Amino acid sequence: MMPASQPLFGPAVESGSVGGYPSRHHRAEDQGEEEVLEGLRHGDEAAFAALVDKHHTSMIRVARLYVESAAAAEEVAQEAWLGVLQGLGRFQGRCTLKAWIFSIVANCAKSRGARDKRTVPLSSLGQDDGDGASVEPERFLDGGHPRWPGHWCEPPEAWNEDELVSRETLAAIRAAMENLPPTQRAVMTMRDVEGLGSEETCQVLGISEANQRVLLHRARSKVRKALEGYMCEGEVSQ
Amino acid sequence: MSAAIKTELTCKELVELVTDYLEDRLPLPERRRFELHLCTCTGCRIYLGQMRALLRACGRLAEEDLPAATRGALLATFREWKGA
Repeated sequence: MMPASQPLFGPAVESGSVGGYPSRHHRAEDQGEEEVLEGLRHGDEAAFAALVDKHHTSMIRVARLYVESAAAAEEVAQEAWLGVLQGLGRFQGRCTLKAWIFSIVANCAKSRGARDKRTVPLSSLGQDDGDGASVEPERFLDGGHPRWPGHWCEPPEAWNEDELVSRETLAAIRAAMENLPPTQRAVMTMRDVEGLGSEETCQVLGISEANQRVLLHRARSKVRKALEGYMCEGEVSQ
Repeated sequence: MSAAIKTELTCKELVELVTDYLEDRLPLPERRRFELHLCTCTGCRIYLGQMRALLRACGRLAEEDLPAATRGALLATFREWKGA
């Protein structure tokens, strides 16, 4: 019954690391992980190095969600590695290794925050700013419009895919994420940058699934809006 | 079809459902309305495309190099831990 305009539909998400359906992606990853874990249990330095290469920069980003400075985040990540090594025997593979490591980072960051009394208030979950529309209401026709109520009067324009992944644009996305309220930034970082699934994100951050989705929606909408502004400006200045 | 037309989604409503759609959390009738709207609305198709493009770009933010000094320090920690 529906016209076949294919690429729109079907799986909502294209790659394993972006926005959900993590299982296939993680299963492939898990096999390598098993070996790495086995190596680590035998004190294999190469296995540890592989783990560091894979997760350390992510751990710093996760720590940054909780602590104010880059230096503090680096320290938290280093401390978390000790936690990982010590806790290795207790890891049971009930979540992915990545999510387990992130939980350790989050705990280290929180206890460091308690010592410094300088954490980002990630604990005030659910106290994010009010709603706000995902798109400015002025961009839609009035609800009482005779023909097209609630339709775009100023529709978005397609982005240039090459420009989107330029270093400058990525920096703009990063900056837009920095401007998000802490909990929104945390959820979007876990989901869209680090590629955790929704369940794991909830586990690491200690929030409910429903809350996670609301925060994700607000975060993505705001970053899209900021990016739209950035992409338009770029065009004007050319 | 007529039922779908009766309750046609507006663009303003659609943008608020995008995350639920991408997360595959829309109930089937809602999902149908969403997709039906996309069939006829270029603006919303572009909006959804932008959102997907944003998510792809976000994945790139994870590509960061680990400084050699940091790596070395962590390996030293590992040796210490192993020796302990």
